[in-house]
Amino acid sequence: MAAVVARAPLVHARGLEKRFGPKRVLRGLDLDVAAGSFVVVTGANGSGKTTLLRLVAGLAAPSRGLLVVRGERAQLGFVAHDPLVYRELSALENLDLYGRLYRIPERRVRIGMLLERFGLWDARAERVETYSRGMQQRLALCRALLHDPTLLVLDEPYAALDDEGAALLDRELAERRSHATLLLATHDAARTAQLETDRLVLAA
Amino acid sequence: MSYLADVAALARKDLLLELRAKETLPSMVLFGVAMLVVFRFALPADAPERASGGLLWVAILFVALLGLTRAFVAEREQHVLDALVLAPSDRSAIWLGKAAATLAFLAAAEAVAVPAYVLFFGGVGWATLVAVALADIGLCAVGALLAAMAVSGRARELLLPLLFLPLAIPVLIGGVGSTVTDDPARYLAFLALYDGVFAILAWASFEYVVTE
Repeated sequence: MAAVVARAPLVHARGLEKRFGPKRVLRGLDLDVAAGSFVVVTGANGSGKTTLLRLVAGLAAPSRGLLVVRGERAQLGFVAHDPLVYRELSALENLDLYGRLYRIPERRVRIGMLLERFGLWDARAERVETYSRGMQQRLALCRALLHDPTLLVLDEPYAALDDEGAALLDRELAERRSHATLLLATHDAARTAQLETDRLVLAA
Repeated sequence: MSYLADVAALARKDLLLELRAKETLPSMVLFGVAMLVVFRFALPADAPERASGGLLWVAILFVALLGLTRAFVAEREQHVLDALVLAPSDRSAIWLGKAAATLAFLAAAEAVAVPAYVLFFGGVGWATLVAVALADIGLCAVGALLAAMAVSGRARELLLPLLFLPLAIPVLIGGVGSTVTDDPARYLAFLALYDGVFAILAWASFEYVVTE
């Protein structure tokens, strides 16, 4: 598969392989993601985009090969298929929990700013189970950005977002582009074509 | 101190979830009382006091198991464990927070079940109350670890009892012993030792349970 970039990699993979039982999802992947780059990962369903992102996030271990991700866990932001928030809690309560775990200074101010930016301020005290899928995705973005990560791993972040939400994410990614490294999996690579520095196409 | 702050935040979240959902604690209370009612009718009228003492511990064990079965439901259904694992806090804080919350639910269920036991079978001594407190700590420490192990498995409802019940046998021995003997001190010491050993083992191994 493709080698992407070759300068001071933040993510470095050689011969990366991931198996789930007899099924091999990733096979011999070489990848270098330089600090400050914006790598878009595309590919058909089942090609291993989500698996690759989970490996980079440290949520799964490779079956074979080398994977080095520089930096600390606290510097990683992760947007998954699921919003990774508690449905019975409100947006405020969820973000407050993560704010405490990430030891964010002035977390209430930071939480308020993100909820305002993503249009959730008015619904901040409502339980997440009452949110639409798009609102949950906005909350997932707030959660992932709460600690201002320097490595942002996003799995289909535009999923379920309406036009306004997608435009908000466009602006957020454009701002982050200057001071963070981004690894984004999507089926709609055209959406981020202007921002991307590299593209990795995974074969099914 | 930041470690304890993480534990407090995680335990507080579990208490808040239960306050909203009201699923775990009412089930534990009803199950505990229902078991004691069944035991009341199952035990012959002339059964020795030692037999009813044992039944109290059977009830406690299964009420704890019920609570532990529910312990990671929110994390499993909403995949939130991924986000907790990614947080920079020590991962054992997730275990300790969950064990503390489960301990609170178990203590609350026992606050109803033990008086129900007294009503059906007669009084309990101070040694039994101390043994219940010590047993709760051990059951929740071991159980929270095993619940996290079982949560990612396919047959999780089967797996947890299969893992938990054999490891809970020493608690049952210590609890029953402290209830039925005239010299409960050594059984209480045994329960305290169990708590210490298994809490350290669970604390040290939790990281490996939640990471692949």
